Amino acid sequence: MSIATESAGETRTMNMIQAINSALDVAMGRDDATVVLGEDVGFFGGVFKATEGLQKKYGKTRVFDTPISENGIIGVAVGMATYGLRPIPEIQFADYIYPGLDQLVSEAARLRYRSAGEFTAPITVRTPFGGGIFGGQTHSQSPEALFAHVSGLKTVIPSNPYDAKGLLIAAIEDNDPVIFFEPKRIYNGPFDGHYDRPVSPWSRFAESAVPDGYYTVPLGKAKLVREGDDVTILAYGTMVHVARGVIDETGIDAELIDLRTLVPLDVETIVASVRKTGRCVVVHEATRTGGFGAELSALVQEHCFHSLEAPVERVTGWDTPYPHSLEWAYFPGPVRLTEALKRVMQD
Amino acid sequence: MTGRNLPPLSLHIPEPDFRPGDEVDYSDFEMPVAGAVARPATETAPAAIRDMSYVMIRVLDDEGRAQGMWDPRLAPETLLKMLRSMALTRAFDDRLYRAQRQGKTSFYMKCTGEEATSVAAAHALAYDDMCFPSYRQQGLLIARDWPIVDMINQIYSNRADRLKGRQLPIMYSAREANFFSISGNLTTQYPQAVGWAMASASRGDTRIAAAWCGEGSTAEGDFHSAMTFAAVYRAPVILNVINNQWAISSFSGFAGAEATTFAARAIGYGIAGLRVDGNDALAVYAATQWAADRARNNHGPTLIEHFTYRAEGHSTSDDPTKYRSADEGVKWPLGDPIARLKKHVIGLGIWDEERHAAMDKELAEMVRAAQKEAEKNGILADGLKQSFDSMFEDVFEVMPDHLRDQQKQMLEERRAAGI
Repeated sequence: MSIATESAGETRTMNMIQAINSALDVAMGRDDATVVLGEDVGFFGGVFKATEGLQKKYGKTRVFDTPISENGIIGVAVGMATYGLRPIPEIQFADYIYPGLDQLVSEAARLRYRSAGEFTAPITVRTPFGGGIFGGQTHSQSPEALFAHVSGLKTVIPSNPYDAKGLLIAAIEDNDPVIFFEPKRIYNGPFDGHYDRPVSPWSRFAESAVPDGYYTVPLGKAKLVREGDDVTILAYGTMVHVARGVIDETGIDAELIDLRTLVPLDVETIVASVRKTGRCVVVHEATRTGGFGAELSALVQEHCFHSLEAPVERVTGWDTPYPHSLEWAYFPGPVRLTEALKRVMQD
Repeated sequence: MTGRNLPPLSLHIPEPDFRPGDEVDYSDFEMPVAGAVARPATETAPAAIRDMSYVMIRVLDDEGRAQGMWDPRLAPETLLKMLRSMALTRAFDDRLYRAQRQGKTSFYMKCTGEEATSVAAAHALAYDDMCFPSYRQQGLLIARDWPIVDMINQIYSNRADRLKGRQLPIMYSAREANFFSISGNLTTQYPQAVGWAMASASRGDTRIAAAWCGEGSTAEGDFHSAMTFAAVYRAPVILNVINNQWAISSFSGFAGAEATTFAARAIGYGIAGLRVDGNDALAVYAATQWAADRARNNHGPTLIEHFTYRAEGHSTSDDPTKYRSADEGVKWPLGDPIARLKKHVIGLGIWDEERHAAMDKELAEMVRAAQKEAEKNGILADGLKQSFDSMFEDVFEVMPDHLRDQQKQMLEERRAAGI
């Protein structure tokens, strides 16, 4: 962790929601062009409370509720950005983002290019994503691959409170549009995939130590969570914790990399690791076909072919909608990951 | 399905009145009387002026005289400047359309017959008001005296193209002229204009925004999102719908025109709606001025339907004689916007046929000279004029590694092929 400049202030224990709230607070305090908008984000402070207290502190013209129109929220945010503001729209669930897709893909992402830099859209779209909360198919999706596929968009996914705050501030300060996926299953504590065991709060983990003030975690830099010699696991969001749990339980000497941003991707860190271990397992909660795992797998083959001792495995959700009652049969938990690791490490 | 004693349902598919070869008869068209519509105070609540969405504001009568409360009483120099900008827009369209036919570029779109909807609106706005145009608002740039050489460079995607050859011809962007980058995806500029206006209001600025879309694309979700946001936040924005009757080959009935007017879309949102004769430059000016005053004084947004006719094809890529009667444009009851304004200024004694003919000649020459100037920088057809490096620029502010790698690969590929 690259903590701590003096302005980062005192360190406190925060869960991910508190860290995200603190990031918004810091960003809004530093730059009066920042604006938070979205469904229920104002007086109520958001359905997950990520924007709590911000309207009171910064006023209604900087933190305000919107109509239930994701298309409108993102379209208006793009317009505000072209005026010179720095909007931070919230889409209440990533599953709801599709009406706003055209504004993100055709407008925000392409504006700098199509106007040769005359107009830009420095917006940061925050949205909770992923399952494991019994949200059914409309509150559980992981659509990151759709956005990573778009030229001109940056895709960021934190896995812990410290990173969430630092990455979010970096995203807001970035002059390009960023989509910031928040793994909602781990808002309150990391989740190792054992849904039948009690959840540990973030306060028991080192990554909950978050400076009060300003700091950033740069976009495009992966984090080496654990060094190991036998296999590389590439993960992001909730799956970082599932992987960590499996490593702890099985004793496999795996090197675990938390990608943190999908675009831009830290290829260097990935390649160095796989060249060392010779084996690779890619993990994500999203559906498999055309998922970001396919991109990672292809990149590993391109860069590490001569170091590979086994085919790259993908551990993912199934290519079905996210089922409600059978959530844990869908979720790529410890069993699926352990089996894949065993296959990859067979010879 | 059977055994129920009910009449079978039938599906209505709209069909225009006239198709190729049909003789056009507009005798059903009730010509709104110039000057007959009252002008409400700009602070009037939308609910009190719902009827404005069903009438039509017209200022110029058949003799070219300005009538009624909506007469903006413009100074002679403003009238003549508007006339000149409209004539220049038409001369520009004629020449660049031909340039496409000559193979100098890939695509062009004319706005013939609709010049007033952009030119007169631009004159009623302040120069620093932000315009979010659709693809047929070249009149805004021309009215704002943007250099036409710059527009032609863009149309040719040549080495002087400020957009580096990245955009389809006519998808201009001109920040210095407060003219937003045009998108090919329709009506996306509508919520953006509302957002810009909301930002302006939240910062205590005095500038307002204006957006344009066609009647066909009012069916897009963006139109309705924009209307909702504009109403909710009383955004200082003017939302213009250019009802030119045709969306490529689909007549306005496919956007709902059989059932109501486009101005009446405003009513459900609680927005002020005006419907104007889009071929009457004075009516367009007056309606825009009314809406601008309203927005600037915190009375909120206005939707303006400009009732006009697309006199030419949608673009160089379609042949309108294949789907509509050629007679429609000839008999269009609301006439031609340039001819009507010309008649008006001649009637005022500040203009005459000789001066008009001389102006047309001068403008044609001006466009020809600008075209020649632009061609010094190349045309699309005689080879790619942009630096290959620039293809990877501006995707992001700072080029990330994967784009740098791809850029390198492309240059190697060209070197290997000897090109």
